Amino acid sequence: MSNIPSELRFAETHEWAELLEDGTVRVGVSDHAQEQLGDLVFVELPEEGEEITRGEACAVVESVKAASDIYAPITGEVVSVNEALNDSPETVNNDPYGDGWLFTIKPTDENDLDELMDADAYAEHTDE
Amino acid sequence: MSQKTPLYDEHVKAGARMVEFAGWQLPIRYGSLVEEHHAVRRHAGMFDVSHMTVVDIEGAGARDALRRLLANDVDKIREPGQAIYGCMLDERGGIIDDLITYRLEDDFYRMVVNAATRAGDLEWIERQLADFDAKVTERDDLAMIAVQGPEAIDHVVELLGAPDVASLKPFRSLVHGDCFIARTGYTGEDGCEIILPDQVAVETWRKLVERGVVPCGLGARDSLRLEAGLNLYGQDMDRDTTPLESNLAWTVAFEPPDREFIGRGALEKQKSEGVSRKLVGLVLGTGGIPRQGARVVTDAGDGVVTSGGFSPTLERPVAMARIPQDAGDEAVVELRGRELQARAVKLPFVRNGKPREGLPSL
Repeated sequence: MSNIPSELRFAETHEWAELLEDGTVRVGVSDHAQEQLGDLVFVELPEEGEEITRGEACAVVESVKAASDIYAPITGEVVSVNEALNDSPETVNNDPYGDGWLFTIKPTDENDLDELMDADAYAEHTDE
Repeated sequence: MSQKTPLYDEHVKAGARMVEFAGWQLPIRYGSLVEEHHAVRRHAGMFDVSHMTVVDIEGAGARDALRRLLANDVDKIREPGQAIYGCMLDERGGIIDDLITYRLEDDFYRMVVNAATRAGDLEWIERQLADFDAKVTERDDLAMIAVQGPEAIDHVVELLGAPDVASLKPFRSLVHGDCFIARTGYTGEDGCEIILPDQVAVETWRKLVERGVVPCGLGARDSLRLEAGLNLYGQDMDRDTTPLESNLAWTVAFEPPDREFIGRGALEKQKSEGVSRKLVGLVLGTGGIPRQGARVVTDAGDGVVTSGGFSPTLERPVAMARIPQDAGDEAVVELRGRELQARAVKLPFVRNGKPREGLPSL
């Protein structure tokens, strides 16, 4: 089983969210998700300043074979996106919880995070 | 219930991600699709293609039957063991399937058809051949392994102790012990396809793994054939397209003029009236990857992406698309509400493991 950092929260659709010290939330896809997707060759990120809504598609990751939507784990405004992925989308495969992050959000409601799974619940969710 | 090939347990043991394809459980990839792809372009990879349907046609009327059934002419075959590629058409010229036909002996031919079209193909073949002295036998007792890549032939020659394979020309085959070996494939690389009894397949597969031949899944099979500009039935062609609209005019034998193959009338009519669509390659820059069904806008009207993906060899998105015959080279692919600049090019995208020269950058 892949390692799941305990400080992260997870959506059922396999995005992770991490509350940073400045109150913004960093978002990426789980190790399990990148493994399922296979080699990523293109990432389409939201725009900075874009308002995104929990549960709605806000980004796209593409493997050689297929495109997959990324759903916003919480509602808020996009404050930064990981531009480095434009040149090296494979970073999502190699370091999904680190340099492979996708974007950060300024949450509209921090309580959104409580709706997400903790690491143990997510481990169970992916273990079926 | 989907079927399992004799190599199913080998795939599962190797940790392959299995998917259902045309009623069969097959590996889509073992690890990294891109690494499997490069293994075939640079060294040697192999595919379990046991799902493909082998049909033997035997009898004094076999030759006449196939000259009626196929748009290509088996009389182009000059020597036993030689094969031709071509289409089986309906009366409207629509493609029922594409297939390779080998002449094994004078009255004995072998066809390899797609698994996805198996039932319809067999029914069509039985019906069309009813009046000929030709027995149709599906060979579901046989497995099939495609070994592909610049080092593929060396591995097969050494493993099977079959030096004759090294001098086999493209589209020729030979029989070696239990194995039927043909210098064919679906990757654009050198290599061969081995048709062999189920019980021999596992041992052969394991020995090829031991030699360093990389097991590859359906994912790499698709990206390799797309780079090689080889059509996939059901995507790039089907009953609603003719070979003339599918970059396959070269597989239609109009000569001799008195050979009445099924679909001939429709194709001659289409030829004389003008073929309105063509299948081309598209190269794109950055900004997204075109997928099947995406709209293609050209100066002569709209077309559609029939196959699209990311080319690991070119490291850029590529596609096959059916566009108006008179369209120029400039095109736009619509993707998720955005417009991607594309350029129509001749296929293939990759030849002998290298990007074809002169592909435009965008």
